[in-house]
Amino acid sequence: MTGTALGKYRICDFTGQLAGAGATKWLAAFGAEVIRIEDPTRQGRWDILRGNPPFKDERTGIDMGGAFNNHNTDKLGITLNLKTEKGKTLLRELIAISDAVTENFAAGVLERWGFSFDAMREIKPDIIYVSNCGFGYTGPYAPFKTWGPIVQAVSGLTHTSALPGQPPAGWGYSYMDHTGAYYMAMAILAALYHRERTGEGQWVDLACTDSALTLNGPALLDWTVNGRGLTEDGAVNANRSQFQRMAPHGIYPCKGDDDWVAIACQDDAQWHALAMLIGEGWTDAFQNVEARLSDQDVLDAHLGAWTASRNKFDLQSRLRELRIPVSAVQKPGERIDEDPTTEAFGLWPEVTHSAIGNIRVDGQPVHFSETDWDSRQGAPCLGEHTEDVLTRLLGRTPEDVAALRQEGVI
Amino acid sequence: MSVLAGLKVVELSNEYCAFAGKLLGDMGADVVLVEPPGGDPSRTYPPFFRDEEDREKSLYFWHYNTSKRGVVLDLDDADDLARLKALILEADILVESEPVSRLSALGLDYEQTHADNPGLIHVALTPYGRKEPMSDLPQTDLTLMAAGGPPWNCGYDDHLLPPVRGWGNQGYHTGCHFAVMSMFTALLARLQTGRGQFIDISMTAALNVTTEAGSYSWLINQTTVERQTGRHAATQPTGETQMRCADGRWVNTGVPPRFPAEFAKLLNWMADLGLVESFPEAVFLEMGANWQGPFDLSQIGTDDTITAIFMAGREGLQTIAATVSAQDFFEGCQSAGLAVGVINSPEEALEDPHFIAHGMKVPVRHEELDETVIYPGAPFVLPAAPWRISRPAPKVGEHNEEIFAIYSGQESP
Repeated sequence: MTGTALGKYRICDFTGQLAGAGATKWLAAFGAEVIRIEDPTRQGRWDILRGNPPFKDERTGIDMGGAFNNHNTDKLGITLNLKTEKGKTLLRELIAISDAVTENFAAGVLERWGFSFDAMREIKPDIIYVSNCGFGYTGPYAPFKTWGPIVQAVSGLTHTSALPGQPPAGWGYSYMDHTGAYYMAMAILAALYHRERTGEGQWVDLACTDSALTLNGPALLDWTVNGRGLTEDGAVNANRSQFQRMAPHGIYPCKGDDDWVAIACQDDAQWHALAMLIGEGWTDAFQNVEARLSDQDVLDAHLGAWTASRNKFDLQSRLRELRIPVSAVQKPGERIDEDPTTEAFGLWPEVTHSAIGNIRVDGQPVHFSETDWDSRQGAPCLGEHTEDVLTRLLGRTPEDVAALRQEGVI
Repeated sequence: MSVLAGLKVVELSNEYCAFAGKLLGDMGADVVLVEPPGGDPSRTYPPFFRDEEDREKSLYFWHYNTSKRGVVLDLDDADDLARLKALILEADILVESEPVSRLSALGLDYEQTHADNPGLIHVALTPYGRKEPMSDLPQTDLTLMAAGGPPWNCGYDDHLLPPVRGWGNQGYHTGCHFAVMSMFTALLARLQTGRGQFIDISMTAALNVTTEAGSYSWLINQTTVERQTGRHAATQPTGETQMRCADGRWVNTGVPPRFPAEFAKLLNWMADLGLVESFPEAVFLEMGANWQGPFDLSQIGTDDTITAIFMAGREGLQTIAATVSAQDFFEGCQSAGLAVGVINSPEEALEDPHFIAHGMKVPVRHEELDETVIYPGAPFVLPAAPWRISRPAPKVGEHNEEIFAIYSGQESP
């Protein structure tokens, strides 16, 4: 027993961006030894976040990328030039002592370097290989390239995030980079669990668009069963309830600079409590949910006029007292520095990065009673752990490492 | 063998955690859904099978409860509570989203479940975590999302329009993703120690760490992203990336051309479509195609030539979009090496050749209706451990007899 949940596992990790790096970040937080491999000839810039803004204190440089640090905490970082034979030899040795190989390149990159799943299986028969690629390795779009917003567009998530009479709003961030990483983490963990029980390795060819498609399940059933789709004008109003019959249910303006509040009434009792607080005659027309749903535009206009002169956090307090579902639409600074619940949960750990110094990052939104996560170390600088890994795990001497560096292998 | 074959899961019905149970069930776990008398409230959520409002026909309930068996227990009744405790005694995993007070009143807080069954992995998925009293307040996906951050990032350039909460209970989904990651992690730990543990998941915390630059821009240098139509919220305004095509459908153009080969392919495509003569900026595309050395994107806006080339790339895409369908634009751009996406509705996606080729239409037999219904398929597949919808969602109390005969000492009929 190592004291951590995943301390016995070693991951040979080619992931980057968020869609891949987010997956192995979870493993590293729970103690897995994640060895991130980067290309020294490109300074690891395949990962567009390496060396790119935002920067802390305006300090720029290949090791200073703030987002890169956020997504790669607790990992080791080595450089390997896989265009060299010696680089390939080192990779083969590393695979031989790893439990899993992970990547989110475009389909086929690893194979072109000579490391197809079959080749890796020859090196280590029970190796686990998890690739996370927008369209996966098979099907008509396998050669196509994606980013998070492209995955979201093709799979239905962008279309459904919209207000009536407006173009799609989309997600405003790469929801499917985050979520693709969550599914990739599940796939790695599931494959490890399967190997523990059967001794078998396998290749999980995760297509991020497939994961994304499944996130609109009830809408897809409405289509396959009832033939009802979401392409008609007005079919989508993302801020309203899609399922449970609830009204009001929306995001309403408040006093202040771009301040908004989300309010939902799940039943008549909650509505009546809200109507009492509002105390205006128009509420009388909305006694039951049928009335509220059938005239929801009018209801929303009235409610929005009422909230507009009020402070969002005051409304939040009042409605919470009445046990009506409510939340201010929190801005980043509000939820990170002023919302006591995130701080109390330990959600923003401060890690130490060798070049950036101490900096807060996204933590994990979970706590385990026995083997909790622990994030202390920032992302690796380029090649920060090359010597450590080559000497400690691959039997090279410091002199060997110096020579490999001279030859451009690392 | 499915990856979770043989694993026993007890799930106390609640819309917060239903998706986690489905993910486990579809991976082969034996999930027993425990519902209150009359069934879980989500059985009343639309849409319904052929619009027939019936607690056995909610498509919402169907989707989130595949591959589960179902029992009805009145937890205020001592005998039923004892039945639940007997189930938990045999279980590997308990998943619940109960209010704190309710759980301790039932004698089901972790101290108790752990004492009775030290191997149990007890997963609590609640709005703010088990220790925070606010977790017991009523919430919906909308209010959780607003608290956790996503809507601040999402909406339109016009800030008179409200922030947008992405469609389809993605707040619940995000909490459930962390629940399943946690369960696998705890299962692997249990293989070493033989011991289970308590896992406390905060749904709002899960959303807080699922906003990309929204959070890290603040954490790194206290800057605030602002929402923009159809693209990433950012601390500084960025160029539009959504275009409407000739057929009225939308595409997301991602990053416009920025490498010589991309400009060359774009120019060729415009030539194929006969658009070059009417596009005066084609000359800049040609310059981009013939560019020698690195194309310094940081010079956009300052270097006139680089700016003109970059703008011509974007305008070239717009010109093509006005001429072709969204699907043709998507496939044409991708063939030119540009990461572009057609904006599909969910049903357009389901009917797309990619998703069909990936087996994302999964037939599930509903014997009671003498119907086969198409469900969405696997989020990912372990080839050595197949994913499968093993049964449709349970009817109210469908498995009470089958499951409790052994505990009550009665013979199954």
